[in-house]
Amino acid sequence: MVDVPHTVKAFDDELAALQTKILRMGGIAEANVAAAVQSVIRRDRQLADRTIVADQRIDAFDGEIADLVTRMLALRQPMAQDLRMIVGALRLANDLERIGDYAKNIAKRSIAIGVSAPQQPMHAIPRMGDMVLTMIKDVLDALANRDPERARSVWARDPALDELYNSVFRELLTYMMEDPRTITACAHMLFIAKNLERIGDHATNMAETIHFAIVGARIDGERPKADVTAEMSAPGKDA
Amino acid sequence: MVTTDQAQPKPVVMPLDGPVKIAARGVNLWYGAKQALFDVDLDVGANQVTALIGPSGCGKSTFLRCINRMNDTIPTARVVGDIRLDGEDIYSPAVDVVHLRARVGMVFQKPNPFPKSIYDNVAYGPRIHGLAESKSHLDDIVRFSLERAGLWKEVADRLPQPGTGLSGGQQQRLCIARAIAVSPEVILMDEPCSALDPIATARIEELIDDLRDNFTIAIVTHSMQQAARVSQRTAFFHLGILVEAGPTEQIFTSPLDQRTQDYVTGRFG
Amino acid sequence: MTDIAEKPDVAPPLASAARRAQVARRLKKRYAAEARFRFLGLLAVSVAIAFLVLLVGTQLIQGVPAFLASKLEISVTLDPAKIDPDGTGDPKVIGDANYRDLLLSALQTRFPEAQDRRQRRDLLGLVSTNATYDLRDMVLAEPALIGQTVTISVYTDDVVDLYRKGKIEVGDPDAKLSDFQVQALAQLEADGALYTTFNSALFVNSASREPESAGLLGAVVGSLLTLVVTLGIAFPLGVAAAVYLEEFAPKNRWTDLIEVNINNLAAVPSIVFGLLGLALFLNLFGMPRSAPLVGGLVLSLQALPIIIIAGRAAIKAVPPSIREAALGMGASRIQTVSHHILPLSMPGMLTGAILGMAHALGETAPLLMIGMVAFVADVPAGFTSPATVLPVQIYLWADFPERAFVDRTSAAILTLLVFLLLMNATAIYLRKKFERKW
Repeated sequence: MVDVPHTVKAFDDELAALQTKILRMGGIAEANVAAAVQSVIRRDRQLADRTIVADQRIDAFDGEIADLVTRMLALRQPMAQDLRMIVGALRLANDLERIGDYAKNIAKRSIAIGVSAPQQPMHAIPRMGDMVLTMIKDVLDALANRDPERARSVWARDPALDELYNSVFRELLTYMMEDPRTITACAHMLFIAKNLERIGDHATNMAETIHFAIVGARIDGERPKADVTAEMSAPGKDA
Repeated sequence: MVTTDQAQPKPVVMPLDGPVKIAARGVNLWYGAKQALFDVDLDVGANQVTALIGPSGCGKSTFLRCINRMNDTIPTARVVGDIRLDGEDIYSPAVDVVHLRARVGMVFQKPNPFPKSIYDNVAYGPRIHGLAESKSHLDDIVRFSLERAGLWKEVADRLPQPGTGLSGGQQQRLCIARAIAVSPEVILMDEPCSALDPIATARIEELIDDLRDNFTIAIVTHSMQQAARVSQRTAFFHLGILVEAGPTEQIFTSPLDQRTQDYVTGRFG
Repeated sequence: MTDIAEKPDVAPPLASAARRAQVARRLKKRYAAEARFRFLGLLAVSVAIAFLVLLVGTQLIQGVPAFLASKLEISVTLDPAKIDPDGTGDPKVIGDANYRDLLLSALQTRFPEAQDRRQRRDLLGLVSTNATYDLRDMVLAEPALIGQTVTISVYTDDVVDLYRKGKIEVGDPDAKLSDFQVQALAQLEADGALYTTFNSALFVNSASREPESAGLLGAVVGSLLTLVVTLGIAFPLGVAAAVYLEEFAPKNRWTDLIEVNINNLAAVPSIVFGLLGLALFLNLFGMPRSAPLVGGLVLSLQALPIIIIAGRAAIKAVPPSIREAALGMGASRIQTVSHHILPLSMPGMLTGAILGMAHALGETAPLLMIGMVAFVADVPAGFTSPATVLPVQIYLWADFPERAFVDRTSAAILTLLVFLLLMNATAIYLRKKFERKW
């Protein structure tokens, strides 16, 4: 950390330990998301199984971080940036835990799709996956380097991800209407895309949390939202 | 070290939303040749609790003591600047310091009841200022003040006993009762809980919050948690300079000045 | 900003067995030094106590016998022909009668064998010279006794008293006892007419040349009157000065100068105050000599610095929190002083005053200068009548040649010590009684 050290040195150590835990948890979550996307693309069942098991480590980290945060709140009575960072850590752990859950869900669905024929929209899922992964990576870097600008850039990327999801949604709807036999696989695909979109939302949450923890102010402006699928109906009906 | 001629960052003072009770402008104070306060500009809002925090020797107590001119009792102290109570300059020759102290009461760090009975402690102020018209009126004032300080139930049956026989927390509430017996407009508190245990502290804090309806309160405290709990506005002093003043929740979650940040997070002081 | 986190340049010494042994050795040395110091302290206290015991002990051994006196019981026939032959009842006539003769005839009745002048003189020499005056006073007080035979107790002569106490032997150059007197005493002793009793003369009589009737009453009253004047002047002045210096005076070079001078004044030899009193009160103002008023004035000059110093210390001891509380309540300075500072410092001031008074009580030298050394046989009637004080009385008695005054000097010293003890006890009592918990 670049700051002046605390008078109570143990507090600095605890803060450092907390950040390390978040970053390690983030690293595992990132790897799990990557593995889950790969298992979908490559129809790799073993990889999917490993990913599902690896989620337990994320959950374990979540518990550890919650304990550490509780302990620090009770013993150190943090104020100002320390308070923001410690409370933020709790939220980051929560977001990462959710990201892990979505990765696990993606891995499970990859197993379900495995038996079905290869699907058309396979080009969109890797793209979404790449986008989500860079978001997670950048947001963790923003935390590690105390870089509010990088956090802000992650936050700004969410609409692009939403756009991508919207297009995948439309595309899958079209497939399902064309060929009802693909509905099962397409529905799984739809959920996978949705899960990736949700992971992006959590990464955006994390960006906001990190920005607030570092700067003490929220990212200016309304949160960009481009997921319009809720207002969509089946294409062709009213088009 | 910070020296006088070194350019200081401007203090970050968030404007007060609400009526101003005490307005200090350009307050400088010297103890002999040593300057203890540098150009302090601070408003204390009416009917709210303003906490003054900062490391030891930062001038927060000194500033508090300027408000009721307790620094007058120190022969070497010299105050320059303008402090207005409801717009009236309290350092003007027209202001009688005895009258000022009746308007601006004070509670000290160490509970300091007079070695007299509980009744006489509370009745002292009304007596010297001639506020009571009769014995029964004085009784009423004493009773009301003790009730207001949350002490009546505990001492109602032993008013003639010495005030020094009470517990520390009770003594401090007795001192608060003594201060409010003269119906001041402002109550200054100089680390009122530093000599008390946590339970007694909690009772005083509860009382402070309660008194806010009728009085304007300025409190010096070393405990940031206490400042956070009782005050609506917090001012951070460092080396005789007002560094930052603003709403309490802002000072303790997102202070704007790095020195405030370092202090409230326990990085110095 | 403070660099608390900065690492010290020198690493702290590591704990090791050698180091622990070194510490243990030093510890032993430290304990030995502490024990030595304790022993020295105890020794000092013991020496002081030994000297005190020596002083009080010798005075007790010498002085206690003086509290007892020998008395002789004899029957005196108050012959009207000798006292008031014409039966006028006129006190002047009664007072002028020859009581010595009456006493002598009473003694002769007891010892008919004494016929020659020398033996008669020896008989009279057994009783106090003042016995004739005592007899006269008795008759004057109650003229109805004339014509009766009364049994009276009279003090024996001091030599007889000393002889009976075994302080002098027959043949001693001081013991002017003839063989006839020794025989007579043995007979009287056998009769039970000669007995030992409490020497009340010591406390109800004033000074006298005759040891057996010499008393301290005049000196005690003189001392009390003097102390009343001293207290009445020194206490209010001292308290006022202390309060002013502590609470009101600005702290500058002048007050520093005053403080230094007050401290110096407390150390000025007391004789200097006596000379001042002589020059100022007697010569300049023409006040009466030997008077308790002047003595009190001189002693108050001497007690003043002590009271001021004690008073300032007592005021300083009042916690500043009380002062702040009063000022914070809007009390003015004089209210703060009169409502809080004075009542709280009063026990300390009183203690100081009493110690100052005790000091004054024991003072002799300045009083010598203003004539209080004169022999005063009466109890002083007021502040301006001639008087003497206890320590001066001791000084005078110590100078008298009669052996019996040696005892009485010690008795007077013991009395003075008791007075001092009482005053100091009062001081402690006051301090305890008014001691407050702040």
